[in-house]
Amino acid sequence: MRLLRTLMAAATALAVTAFAAPSFAADDPGPAAYAKALNGKRVMLVPLAMGFDLAQGWAHYLKKEVEAWGGTFETRDPNWVVDAGAQAITDAIASDTRPDVLIIHAPDLNSYSKLMKKAQAAGTYVILVDNPANFPADAFVGSDWDKLGQLEAEAAIKGCGENSSKKIGLVQGDQANSSSLYQYAGIMKVLEKHPDFQVVAKPDSNWDATTSRNVTTTMLQQHPDICSIIDFWDGDATGASAAIRDAKLDGKVFLVTTGGGEKAADCDKLNDGTYGAVVMTDLARQSGDMNAIIKFLLQSGQPAGTSHTYIYTLEKATTKADLKPDSCWDLKALQAEAAAK
Amino acid sequence: MAAFKGLAIGAKDKAMNAIGWPNWRRLNQEGIVFAIAILLFAAAALSLPGFLTADNLVAIVRSVSVLGILALGMAVVIIGRGIDLSAVAIMAMSVAWYLQLLNTGTSDGLAFAYVLAGVLAIGLLNGFLVAYADVPAIFVTLATGSFVFGYVRSQLITQDAVPVPQGHWVELLGGVRFLDIPVEVFVFAGLAFLVFLFLRYTKWGRFIYFAGDNPVAARNIGIPVRPMLVLRYALSAVVALIAGLLTAASLHSINTRVVNSTLLYDIVLVAVIGGIGLSGGRGGVRNVLVGAALIGILLNAMTIIDIPLLYQNLIKAAILLGAIIVDGIINPRDEQTAQQGDI
Repeated sequence: MRLLRTLMAAATALAVTAFAAPSFAADDPGPAAYAKALNGKRVMLVPLAMGFDLAQGWAHYLKKEVEAWGGTFETRDPNWVVDAGAQAITDAIASDTRPDVLIIHAPDLNSYSKLMKKAQAAGTYVILVDNPANFPADAFVGSDWDKLGQLEAEAAIKGCGENSSKKIGLVQGDQANSSSLYQYAGIMKVLEKHPDFQVVAKPDSNWDATTSRNVTTTMLQQHPDICSIIDFWDGDATGASAAIRDAKLDGKVFLVTTGGGEKAADCDKLNDGTYGAVVMTDLARQSGDMNAIIKFLLQSGQPAGTSHTYIYTLEKATTKADLKPDSCWDLKALQAEAAAK
Repeated sequence: MAAFKGLAIGAKDKAMNAIGWPNWRRLNQEGIVFAIAILLFAAAALSLPGFLTADNLVAIVRSVSVLGILALGMAVVIIGRGIDLSAVAIMAMSVAWYLQLLNTGTSDGLAFAYVLAGVLAIGLLNGFLVAYADVPAIFVTLATGSFVFGYVRSQLITQDAVPVPQGHWVELLGGVRFLDIPVEVFVFAGLAFLVFLFLRYTKWGRFIYFAGDNPVAARNIGIPVRPMLVLRYALSAVVALIAGLLTAASLHSINTRVVNSTLLYDIVLVAVIGGIGLSGGRGGVRNVLVGAALIGILLNAMTIIDIPLLYQNLIKAAILLGAIIVDGIINPRDEQTAQQGDI
């Protein structure tokens, strides 16, 4: 009997202990460590310019998250001028409020390499976004442009079909930007595997819509039987599409391009048949990747420049057939949301 | 004017020059550039399949139409011994603002009135500062250009690229064709003719040459030099607006990034390579057409041959430099040909 009583007491005590266990959750070290590592930290985004969809989308998602964990988020707008970007980075490193994380959208492979090295030496983590550069950043978040080019070429081949002229035209960006160079390499890789398809012309647009229109007009006059054109950016592909429209070849030339998946820039134009396929970047997810790596780096305790991570965004060629309501994000909605605050 | 340049020109040549006939005996820069353009054209026609087709010739003219229109405005300003570096900013930002107003629901008439008023205000400001405040045109227009870009970009529009609303007349304008020739070719031709009439046959047009050649003397004989200066910058601003509307009509959007491009230099280039001296008082519409023809043929041929952009720039620069050097050798500068204020 005594034994039974003892046992019961022990069981009660055990039960009480077991029930009390949730109170340990208050001592979960996670949130405190998280807050300690992140609170008051500064994150700065230096894109090529703040005036286009990608940069505005990144800034929206980053700001939301950084401010939620008690950090400060800032942007700089070099407005496509490489020198202005370099100046912004130099000022940021030298200022009293040096950012803890610098997110850089590099204009080419080399321009900012020295500055990024300086930033890391000063203790700032450097994250490269979208455009790779010849520099071992703490992380690269963005497209694998080679893979992206392959997806474009595959979409173009599919868009042409087996019974077509199998002639493809390219409207490249320029010969300096890594996104243009790697995209081209990726396209050529796929076309090597399809020797019956040939590239008949590959002019540069210099990322300008009017130039894209002029070179595409010439291309279509020289090769009216082109079945597909790959323009390297949706920012200037409006020019290529104007040339196709003017040549009355709508529906006959399958226009492939790539972009940030913004509704007006990409989905609307897939819907109305301007673009045949767009390799779209999932911008929300890409921004999420950036947010995750920022949180990781700030908690890691490792000095800037220690590790080098590549986080490639999942890309997919989207056509009108597989458009869904959530295929794109809506810049206007984001701006309205920001204005409402 | 060219007629006053050489002393050894006969009376007949002088008379022909006065009505705008090129002076074949004495090859000037315009003649050299025209010859290069003809040579290039012949070479391309012979060696490039598909170059000498009606469609391609139309495409060549079209590709330089907007550039040519802007160069017409620039030419009028340069002949009057000025320069308008705000042209591209006015072109892109006025139309971007117009489209932004339309996209946010402002009525078309009101939006257009705002934009036209804004464009005229900047043109008048340019002219006023140059004419009455005596600030050099190069600084005034550089500053107003930056101001227009900065103000519109930061205060009035939210994005670099502004789309034309669906079904708007600007979009429909882009689809207008006569005999399969795009509308901007006709606008270019029409404006070229109007500017030609203005410069050649109106009193104020003729006065521009006098004012450009020697502003002090022009003022002394009673020409209203200052009001005319203001008029020229206002004219240049309106021409820029027209060029912007045509760009948006063709692309169904306008991208303000064009302000950062080399377009502004190309405009000056078209005017200067055609033989309009930066020192003022010389040249006319014909020079713009010759300059535009050379650039158009050159770019088209290089695109057909599929030359990469880097080499295109190199070749373009080399030909331009060559033309200037040849001009320097054939027409050496001396005390008689040089003017005060020559750049």
